[in-house]
Amino acid sequence: MNLKKVALRESWISPGHRLCAGCMAPVIIRQALYALDKKPIVTNATGCLEVATTIFPYTAWRVPWIHNAFENAAATASGIEAALTAFKRKGELKEDIPVIAIGGDGGTYDIGLQALSGAIERGHDFLYLLYDNEAYMNTGIQRSGGTPFTAWTTTTPVGTKIKGKVQWKKPIAKIVAAHRQIKYVATASPAYWLDLMQKVKKGVDVKGPAFIHAISTCPRGWRTDTKYSVKIARLAVQTCYFPLWEYENGKYKLSTPSKAIASNPEKKLKVEEFLKMQGRFRHLFKPRKDVETLNYIQEEIDKEWEKLLRLTGEA
Amino acid sequence: MISQQVLGMNGDEAVAYAVKQCNVDVVAAYPITPQTIIVEKFSEYVANREVHTEFVPVESEHSALSACVGASATGARVFTSTAANGLALMHEIVYIAASLRLPIVMAVVNRALSGPINIHCDHSDSMAERDSSWIQIYTEDAQEAYDSVIQAFKIAENHEVLLPVMVTLDGFFISHTLQNVSVLPDKEVLSFIGERRVVPEIDVGGKKFKLKLDPVQPLTFGPLDLYDYYFEHKRQQVEAMKKAPKVIEKVSREYASLSGRSYGNGLVEPYKLEDAEVAVVCLGSTSGTAKYVVDDLRKRGLNVGCLRVRTFRPFPAADIKRNLTGKEVVGVLDRSISFGGLGGPVFTEIEALFSDETEKPKIINYVYGLGGRDMSPQLIEKVFMELNELKGKPLPKDTLRFSGLRE
Repeated sequence: MNLKKVALRESWISPGHRLCAGCMAPVIIRQALYALDKKPIVTNATGCLEVATTIFPYTAWRVPWIHNAFENAAATASGIEAALTAFKRKGELKEDIPVIAIGGDGGTYDIGLQALSGAIERGHDFLYLLYDNEAYMNTGIQRSGGTPFTAWTTTTPVGTKIKGKVQWKKPIAKIVAAHRQIKYVATASPAYWLDLMQKVKKGVDVKGPAFIHAISTCPRGWRTDTKYSVKIARLAVQTCYFPLWEYENGKYKLSTPSKAIASNPEKKLKVEEFLKMQGRFRHLFKPRKDVETLNYIQEEIDKEWEKLLRLTGEA
Repeated sequence: MISQQVLGMNGDEAVAYAVKQCNVDVVAAYPITPQTIIVEKFSEYVANREVHTEFVPVESEHSALSACVGASATGARVFTSTAANGLALMHEIVYIAASLRLPIVMAVVNRALSGPINIHCDHSDSMAERDSSWIQIYTEDAQEAYDSVIQAFKIAENHEVLLPVMVTLDGFFISHTLQNVSVLPDKEVLSFIGERRVVPEIDVGGKKFKLKLDPVQPLTFGPLDLYDYYFEHKRQQVEAMKKAPKVIEKVSREYASLSGRSYGNGLVEPYKLEDAEVAVVCLGSTSGTAKYVVDDLRKRGLNVGCLRVRTFRPFPAADIKRNLTGKEVVGVLDRSISFGGLGGPVFTEIEALFSDETEKPKIINYVYGLGGRDMSPQLIEKVFMELNELKGKPLPKDTLRFSGLRE
């Protein structure tokens, strides 16, 4: 990737869209599109990104783009890829056109999981990019299969008896990696933009299905200050709440920012650092610090991190 | 007219054969009885590379139509097929495909909707999609199913229309019944519908853009469309539907001169109606039986006829009205019912057609054959006899009747 060239190129998602200040989704998309040498065909599941970038008669997309419905981005991508394959078979198309499906956590962990699994099992050549803001933000912050433990949402309120979400987040990237046909899986954070871009490029370049899970700070839903979005996306990695890794040829590998922590465990920040910046976890800190729950979360994060270290051969 | 081969095929095989001849780029489908043979047969063509088609064996009908939307928006000629619950699962995307004006062709092998679960024929599945802005053609037999799939591509891809088309065939009665089907030579089919789909061009800032997903001329499909434009876009669908009948008739005429086969004017097919005093209106395979009964009753001196509605969407109002005006008694046979409504969907539309008229037929609705119950010649004869009894009498109170039902 020639960064000098990339820096001079026009962004394929334009400014002027209606996403919130501090939203990481358009940042992730901009980085992802900058990683590509040629314009892809993009299909977008229903969600914040879709709604806020395409209010008719405007569009922020400088690439061919289609929104079909909520649960079918991967199925729509299957059809696009199938059409391109048929055109090639007939000799009407020579070049490779990348196909990218984009979905939020609702469209990926929950309602779109079947279509995603099916498209991967069939082995379509496409990249699925998940921007995970950890709740149904477009409808006003409802819990999803991607919402973390104890997080406040409007459907997991902080009540007198139940405080926030009682379940843990689904390990979506590992679920995808469990598919035999998957060629590439990676987690990414927009705070590590070069890492994200390199992963997108890899995901597009491999022949077959690829999946990238990017953490996407949402100031509205996470109750965070808009100026800290990148910092929080970085803390997610630094605390090992959201470690960065790749899965390729049946092997898991830590990516540089997380590998640095594996090599120097003292660099690993406490998960509290990530949680305390976010209003959705406020009940863990106020009116008094819920040490018991915080310790439990830390233990679970540590266990998951240890598991990952074993998976990646770092332990 | 050109010479044609005769093949022994059931309705499903006839559909698959037509699709094979249409140079279809993408078929995305999921198996469901009684449509399965279409998918199986087509998979054989793919496995033998008799077609260039990319077959996408999806994990659900929802994904089948979703993939069709993606492929069609990329400029491909696209086909899918389903039945009953499969169509119901597609419902969300049925509307989206039409609103994106994608000329997808779908064979619906009519089957009763659950529940209780049933695999046999009625029209509850496709009738539930009648307001979705898809053209609906109800076929009478395997030959017509074959002919209609070919016609459907030409209708759907016409730039005046650009609407998806459902070709329906009655589950088991047509789908699984062997028939001699005359097939056109491959090259004749292609020269009739065109080697490949021609995508329309739109004006974007003074430049001509092909209306498809193309990195060279990027367009946005399926944006958020609120109260400031949505209504106008819906109005455009109304206009497309208005333009469709002329195209359907034209395609029907052209196909007739090529193949020697026609089904009325493509919209409706009257049978011995001109001098009839009593008529039945029906869709699909039942009309074959009804015609047989009409012949039989005419031999016995009864002045009866039959009107088959071939195209139900767009609703051929003028054609139906013209054909039924002057009849004394009309029985509308519905193979589905609108629970809590006035009767079956065909009945309510035909009843509405005559609402302003002072001189109008007495219209009786017969709901029949739900869940695949056979509509035998005896039952149709009974319907005609009951209708015949009403000659010279006032309209009875019980205009909603059930044929072949144990009460």
